[in-house]
Amino acid sequence: MIAESLYQELILEHYKHPQGRGLREPYDAEVHHVNPTCGDEITMRVKLKDGADGGRHVADVSYEGQGCSISQAAASVLYELTVGSRVEDTLQVVDEFTRLMHGRGQVEPDEAVLGDAVAFAGVAKYPARVKCALLAWMAYKDAVVRSS
Amino acid sequence: MSTTFDVERIRKDFPILSRELPGGRPLIYLDSGNSSQKPTQVIEAMREHMAAHYGNVGRALHVLGSESTEAYEGARDKVAAFIGAPSRDEIVFTKNASEALNLVAYSFGNPICTDERFAMGPGDEIVITEMEHHSNIVPWQLLAQRTGATLRWFPVTDDGRLDLSGLDELVTERTKIVSMVHQSNVLGTVNPVAPVLARAREVGALVMLDASQSVPHRKVDVAALGVDFVAFTGHKMVGPSGIGVLWGRRELLEAMPPFLGGGEMIEAVWMDRSTYAPVPHKFEAGTPPIVEAVGLGAAVDYLTAVGMDAIHEHEKELTAYALGALKEIDGLRLIGPSDLADRGGTISFTLPDIHPHDVGQILDDVFGIAVRVGHHCARPLHLRFGIPATTRVSLYLYNTTAEIDALVRGLHHVKKVFG
Ligand SMILES: Cc1ncc(COP(=O)(O)O)c(C=O)c1O
Repeated sequence: MIAESLYQELILEHYKHPQGRGLREPYDAEVHHVNPTCGDEITMRVKLKDGADGGRHVADVSYEGQGCSISQAAASVLYELTVGSRVEDTLQVVDEFTRLMHGRGQVEPDEAVLGDAVAFAGVAKYPARVKCALLAWMAYKDAVVRSS
Repeated sequence: MSTTFDVERIRKDFPILSRELPGGRPLIYLDSGNSSQKPTQVIEAMREHMAAHYGNVGRALHVLGSESTEAYEGARDKVAAFIGAPSRDEIVFTKNASEALNLVAYSFGNPICTDERFAMGPGDEIVITEMEHHSNIVPWQLLAQRTGATLRWFPVTDDGRLDLSGLDELVTERTKIVSMVHQSNVLGTVNPVAPVLARAREVGALVMLDASQSVPHRKVDVAALGVDFVAFTGHKMVGPSGIGVLWGRRELLEAMPPFLGGGEMIEAVWMDRSTYAPVPHKFEAGTPPIVEAVGLGAAVDYLTAVGMDAIHEHEKELTAYALGALKEIDGLRLIGPSDLADRGGTISFTLPDIHPHDVGQILDDVFGIAVRVGHHCARPLHLRFGIPATTRVSLYLYNTTAEIDALVRGLHHVKKVFG
């Protein structure tokens, strides 16, 4: 059934048990993004730090928001994929995720880059829901730019 | 179900209701408040007009031109009779209800109109309600911004009724117009017109009704209502999209300035000025929605043949059935009146911890049930209830209790997926 490909088990798990939710201190930047068509909202904070390898790393991503399962699960998956990683690598995930979402279901996802976020591949077939999946990722990208 | 109303026969008139959705799902259409489906009678009338009679109206002298004009003006007669308009010339065809509302809003505060009733400036007030569709909010906000007038509104009670307790303080000598929805597109509430109208008359204010959700579902008689303007839209009353109606009292329409300028709305044109055609043509600039008017005329014939009272009765029974059946869903919060008095077949609700977009998606994907999710172009009303969105079921003449049973099964499944 079509819905099964949209509401993957992993998405439902993250929706019911969101990871990293709540706004925390300290942070370098805070952003607020809204999806005007459906009213989904997210407030996100990002804290970066210098890693042992000399690169910038993500120390924490904290967020608060409201919206559908897709938008809320996306934020939770984003938390798991970004915290502890090199900023550069996470921005590569953002790009790959954006490419997948805008692919109308025709794009073959790069699992090596996307990790768990590959569960959202089905969303790309639902144009009305693509913005839900992208909300947290766009907020993250914005917050990282403002942190640097 | 009432014995005279044969819903299965009615369903056969609507070809789309027997189509299959991808994956072999049947269609269960519970979104008529958004837009209604069309019977063969309407589809055929439009096809027939285009195949055999089509020409431009008003200006062509040939056979097709006169047949088209006759059909277009015939539709006006039908619509006038349908809503009890004292004169056919009081029916203005617009693009939709939104345009009809804008047309009236743009009549105020226009320097080319010298009628005191349409003068507007700082100190004047416009009154609407908190349960309006954006189409009956934004045109008045724009008017207030253009003229410096103040926009005010009636609040809504917790059970989704208009709160008239402040009527005398809200509608005062400063009020130039009260514009309110006849039947709410979210709550289903049918608003009391008489007390508002009585107060407006006391203070000399005009009254407009947004009847987009009432005209399709119950007998609306504009003369009996006694208001000044009524707006509604073809696509919600088994007619086509692309056509709406403004009814206004003739004397007011005559006093109002033109809205859009162009062909057909003039009497004579010089390079520096024009005189205007009599109403309703003064408000119908350019080639009108000819085929759409023919379709709307056929829609009105169809609804009349089925009977507006029978339709209303059928919807009332369905609404009672649905409100009862939805009680079975744990935690469901109804946004709107739970009693049947002064209420139509529009039922909005929330489910705890499940976003309406997820509800709508599962209902559609798994069961082929079309509902509307979101704020339904009534964001201020949703803010009033402290919620971002609702799931809305809106019923019409072709819906059945079996479809409501399917909805309840669907909602149980939604709860299982997200529970
Ligand atoms: C109460 C109400 N008013 C106005 C409108 C606007 O109708 P239209 O989009 O046809 O202009 C609608 C429908 O969307 C409505 O439900």
